Formats: sequence, structure tokens, C-alpha cells
Amino acid sequence: MEFDPVLIARLQFAFTVTFHIIFPTFTIGLSAYIATLLAMWVATGRDRYQRLARFWTRIFAVSFAMGVVSGIVLSYQFGTNWSRFSVFAGNVIGPLIGYEVLTAFFLEATFLGVLLFGWGRFPPWMQLFSAIAVALGTAISTFWILAANSWMQTPAGHEFRDGIAYPLDWWAIIFNPSFPYRFAHMLNASYLTAGFVVLAVGARYLLAGRYPDQSRTMMRMALGLLALLAPLQLLLGDLHGLNTLQHQPMKVAAMEAHWDSEKPGDFHVFAWPDEEAEANRFAISIPNGASLILTHRLNGHFPGLKNVPPQDRPPVKNVFFAFRIMLAIGFFMIAAALVGAWLLWRGILFEARWYLHIVAHTWWAGFVAVIAGWVVTESGRQPWLVQGIKRTAEGISPVSATTVATSLAMFVVVYGLVFAMGIYYINRLIAKGPDTRSGEAQAGGPGSPLSSAHDAGQEALARGG
Amino acid sequence: MAWDLTLIWAGVIGLAVALYVILDGFDLGIGILFPFTKNDSERDQMVTSIAPFWDGNETWLVLGGAGLWVAFPQAYAVIMSALYLPVIMMLLALVFRGVAFEFRTVAVISKRYWNFAFSAGSMIAALCQGMILGGLIQGIKVENGAYAGGAFDWATPFALLCGLGVLTGYALLGATWLVMKTEGPLAERARRQAKILLLGVLGFMGLVSLWTPIAFERIAVRWFSTPNIFYLSPVPILTALTAFATWWWLDKGRNMAPFFGAIALFLLGYLGLVISVFPYLVPPSLTIWQAAAAPASQSFMLAGTLPLLPIILGYMVFVYWVFRGKIREGEHYHH
Repeated sequence: MEFDPVLIARLQFAFTVTFHIIFPTFTIGLSAYIATLLAMWVATGRDRYQRLARFWTRIFAVSFAMGVVSGIVLSYQFGTNWSRFSVFAGNVIGPLIGYEVLTAFFLEATFLGVLLFGWGRFPPWMQLFSAIAVALGTAISTFWILAANSWMQTPAGHEFRDGIAYPLDWWAIIFNPSFPYRFAHMLNASYLTAGFVVLAVGARYLLAGRYPDQSRTMMRMALGLLALLAPLQLLLGDLHGLNTLQHQPMKVAAMEAHWDSEKPGDFHVFAWPDEEAEANRFAISIPNGASLILTHRLNGHFPGLKNVPPQDRPPVKNVFFAFRIMLAIGFFMIAAALVGAWLLWRGILFEARWYLHIVAHTWWAGFVAVIAGWVVTESGRQPWLVQGIKRTAEGISPVSATTVATSLAMFVVVYGLVFAMGIYYINRLIAKGPDTRSGEAQAGGPGSPLSSAHDAGQEALARGG
Repeated sequence: MAWDLTLIWAGVIGLAVALYVILDGFDLGIGILFPFTKNDSERDQMVTSIAPFWDGNETWLVLGGAGLWVAFPQAYAVIMSALYLPVIMMLLALVFRGVAFEFRTVAVISKRYWNFAFSAGSMIAALCQGMILGGLIQGIKVENGAYAGGAFDWATPFALLCGLGVLTGYALLGATWLVMKTEGPLAERARRQAKILLLGVLGFMGLVSLWTPIAFERIAVRWFSTPNIFYLSPVPILTALTAFATWWWLDKGRNMAPFFGAIALFLLGYLGLVISVFPYLVPPSLTIWQAAAAPASQSFMLAGTLPLLPIILGYMVFVYWVFRGKIREGEHYHH
């Protein structure tokens, strides 16, 4: 069987990076939440905050482990599958990844050990300090990896000599034109994602009549945050889109399935972009909608896909549909956050079972939106690996397609298994809920017979879980 | 200036690899020793002894990979393409092993599967790391700066020998770690295992020391030409003394000394390999200077690395310090 080596290498990277991004997205937000809970515990002395922090820390540990191991794979995949890219972009991208390891990974890994295993051993302020260090580490990591990714989208501060990139100005490389927008959009997305998971778990317990105090605390905290961040994300996304229009107009043209530069753009609520015919089928559109969004004028013009030859266009369907998925979830999040905040303000949130049912079942919203967003930005960059300079096909390793296909198959099997079990165990930890034993028994410390995670398993087993 | 930078970077990456091999070496060793106990409480103690550290230990592997890319992109590209399969196998094994740490504490019925995943993942990762080392020492075919061989060029008896050697070495580090960090029957068995493993490691070190100068002339010239032979003879002599001391410490019931003896043995073996291949990063094709990144990239990265490395080493020492002491039976760090 013959494989297209570029396609297989891309599929493998798309698969492993999609799997990976799920976990950092969650843990970036969750670590900030845990740090907030511990800060409130230290400030108020209320036990409820400490219990919630410990409960979420257990879930964090499982998620973080999956993020770490899938991340190690990525740091080597640049060499195994994209070795030509490693050579021609290594001078620029390499140091950004290197700084991510030095400034973020060691910080996270070290203080996670203290946070996870320090309960009852160390004073509260030390747990708080560790949680802040972990949260800070995840945010620093976001900073560097998005700087690297953004440079591939909007390269700056370098020169190419003999086909290899050489750095000229590190400030310009790191703060390249799309970086501030992408960084803000992604960081906010992480906080939103974790916020919706916390909201969902709170709602799930309230519906089941369990842990009423802790659930109310979770929902209040989550909604307070989401009511601000969900609308903010719309603004950040809009700014990011305008920046993309300026630097990667074909990506935006694919997002809107906009073919002709000579006409104003409609906003297609639905359409089937036909790349052969260079037109849309079955379009349900808001006339001039895209022009209004992108140029802020009803009859404004922006570049269409026909501006460049077909081989220079991104895969329109991927970008177009992924963008719509992200957008739909984004608007759902804004509605859910604002309605929830209103219910909270009126004092009827915890009795509004219809609302609790909705949010208890939409914990996945942030994850899907993030993956869709990354499909928009990465598929939208195609056929370029470094926008406008190097094509994706120029970056692959001199390794046979069969070899890459074999390793892809192994990744699919292993990740599928690990992911399924990870979700199962996280769900089990959620089903078990926060520890309700008295503070002292819970603090445990050296010599206590069983870890609470072990209890979680035993209880789930007793219930036939 | 570029010359010096490259040499400094070779030192930094050499340090990262050495730290990785020692630190993740002992926690991979715990997984390798897993099948030799049938007792779940002992397995829990073994995992507890490394639980707060493993994540930080494995981060040195990421630094090794990223550092190689930063400072020597050409070598990174060639090595990863040439050793594609063992690298991917190692990564997959580390995935299994890494998640097993968390999963086995949450799992009940499936705990034994995660015990197996933890152990098999540790063994395969160790074996692959040794084969990567062997694949590198025996040489990689490079044309026009890119890998020019097949997918299985690395798969030689020599690579397998190195793989088994590293596996045994990690098990020795793991056993001496248990001697230091645990007590009771678990520690006593680890002490007996450590002695056997020590003999095994010496056997593999001897085989590699014989094999490499016979099979690779460049290595024979490096060690046995005069005056090198006089300068380099302390390396095997020190190795023999360290091995003897480690055995003696194990025999005399010392708790901490054997672990540091095993580390010293590793460092000497590592030094021997560096002597054999330097200045090649990808023998026999690319020297560190041929594979080097642009000086502007090396210096930008070094400017951060030099102040950050001591800080990282500082909080590493901190975490080992706060979790110092022996693990008692039934003790768990709390989640």
C-alpha cells in the first residue's frame, strides 16, 4: 500500500497534538482555580475551600500526567517526523521551545510533586505557593509555545539564508504580529474550558443532592469568572480575526468561504464549500455579514480565495466548518454564562433545574471549541508550514511513509486506550466527590493507611462502579 | 567565539543527559524491579518512593531533546530520523508508564494491568534508550547533512547489547535507591538484587569496552594510541575501584552509599563513551561544530540557560530534601 508521506506525517502530528492539547487546556485553567481555592482557604480559614482544592488536585494529577506524557512525544516528533523543518526553523523555534522547558516544565514538575504529596506535611502557605508556581508554570508554557506557533503563522525578526532561518531580533520573533492575539485567545480559552468543567461538576452534584455547600461554592466561583471571560473571548476572537485578515487573508477567506474579492462577503450560517467549482452550495447566508464583521462596513471588500491559485489555498471545508463549530460553542458559552449569572443574581440559580441539567451536560464545550479553533488556525495556514516561506511538504523527515504510518497506528491504539481509561478514572474521581471526613482525619500524613484516591476506588467498587 | 559557544552547549547537553540518565534511571529501575515482588504493599512502597520526583526527572529528557534541537539542529534531525523506531517505541513506553503512576492509584480491578504497564513501559523505555545509545555509537549514515540509511540500520547485536546494559544499569540504580529509601524485607531484597545487578553491569561494561575498540577503529585509536593510553588509563581503574567500593558498601549494610556508588559507576561509563566519540555528535559524520546552530541562537539560549540551570537544580534539591527519609510500610504521600 502506498501512502503520501506528507499526508501521513501531517495526520500523525494532527492526531498527537489534538490529543495533547486537551490536557494542557484543562490544566492551565484548573491550576489557576486550585491556586484561587487555596488562596481563599489561607485567607478565610474555611475548610470548604481546602476540600475543594484537594478534590480538584486529584483530578488535576490524572490530567496533568496525560498532558506530560503526550507532550514529551511532541518534543521529539519535530525531529522524527519533521526533521527538515527542525533544521530550517531550528535556529528560531528551537530556543523558544528550549525556554519553555527551562522556565515552565521544571517549575511545574517540581512544585506539582509538593502540591500533590505535601498535604499534612507542609503548612498551608507552602501548598498555596506550590499551587501558584504550578499555575504560573502552565501560563509561562502557554506563552512560549504560542510564540513558536505564532512565528510559523506570522514570521518576523529573522532572515532566510540558503533556505535556513537565522534570528535577527528576538523581541520581534517572540512578539511577532499574531502572537499577542493568539496568546490572549488561548489563555482565555483555557480558563473558560476549566470554568465550564467546574460549573458542570457543581451542577451535577446539586442535581444529585450531594455536597450542596461545595457545589454552590463551585458554581458561584465559576459563574463569576465565566460571565466576564465568555464575552471577553468574543472580543479577543474578533481582534484575532482582524489580525489574521491582515497577515493571513486566505485563512480568513476560508473561514468565511469567501471566493471573490470583487464582491462584499456574506456570512454563511451554513454552506457546502465546493473547491472544484470555487463556489458555495446550499448556502444560508446573512448578506454582507462577513464584510460587516471584518471591515466594519456593509459593502467592504476583503480578499477572496480566488486571489491565489488553488495550490496556495487552505483546505476550505476544514477551516470553514471548524470555524462554525467554534463560533457556535462560543455563543453558547456566552449565553450559558450570562443566564447563569442572572439566575445567581436573582437568587434562583440552585433551584433552576433546567439550567443545572444543561450545564451539567456541557462540560465538553471548551474542549471542542479549542480543538475546532486549532483546526481553523492550523488548517488555515496550509499549504504553508512557515507562512509564505516554506511549504508543509518541505518540512518532513527522510523517513518512509510506511514507517510513519506504522507509528501513527501505534499512537492511535495507545492514545485511544490511555484516553479512554483517563476519562473513566476522572469520571470516577468526580463521582466519588470531595472528601467529607473531618479536617484532621483528612490531613492524614505519614502513616495513615490508605490514600484518598484509593478510597475513591474502593467506594466506586462498592457501588459497582 | 562560536567555537566556545558550541563547546559550552555540548557540555550543557552532556549535563542534561547525565542528569536524565541518573534521575530517570533510578525511577525506571523501580519499574524494572516490579516483577520481582508479588506483594502489592511492596509495590505501593516502591512507587511511593519515587512519586514526588518522577515528573521532574523525566523533564530532563525533554530538556535533552529540546537542547539538542536548539544547539545542534542538524544532529537532532539526523538522530531522530535514523533512530526513528526506537525513539517512538521509547516515547510510547513512557506514555504507558507515566499514566500508570496516576491510574494505578485510582484503579481497583484494573490495578494489576497498570502495574504491568508501569513495569513493561519502564523496561521497554530503558531498552530503547540503550539501543538509541548503541545506534549512535556505532555510527549513522549521513549524506548532504541528512540521514541516508534505512529504518532498521540501528538494529544490530551491538545496539541490543547496549540496550540490555542500560536496562541492567537502571535496575541497579533502582535497587540501590530502594536500599536507601525503604526498610524491612523490601530493602533487604533490593540489597541482594543490587549485588547481582552490579555484577551484571560490570559484565556489560566490560563487553562494550572490548567490543567498541575491536569493531570501531576510531575508538581503538582514541584509547590505545600513545600518549592517550596513559591519560585515559585512570578511567577503567577508577571504574574498578568504584565497583569494588559499591559491593563493599552493599555488603556492610550501608544505606545511602551504594546508591551514590551506582551513580559514580554510571558517570564513569558515560565519561568513557564521551571519550570514545568526542568530538562527534553523530559519529562518524557530524562533529559538534558541524552540527551547531547559528551562534545567535546558541547565545540567546545560553543567556537564559546559565542563570536558570542553577535555579532549576536548586528546586530539585529542595524537593528531594523535603521528601527525604525512608518510606515505611503502608505509608503514602497524600493526594
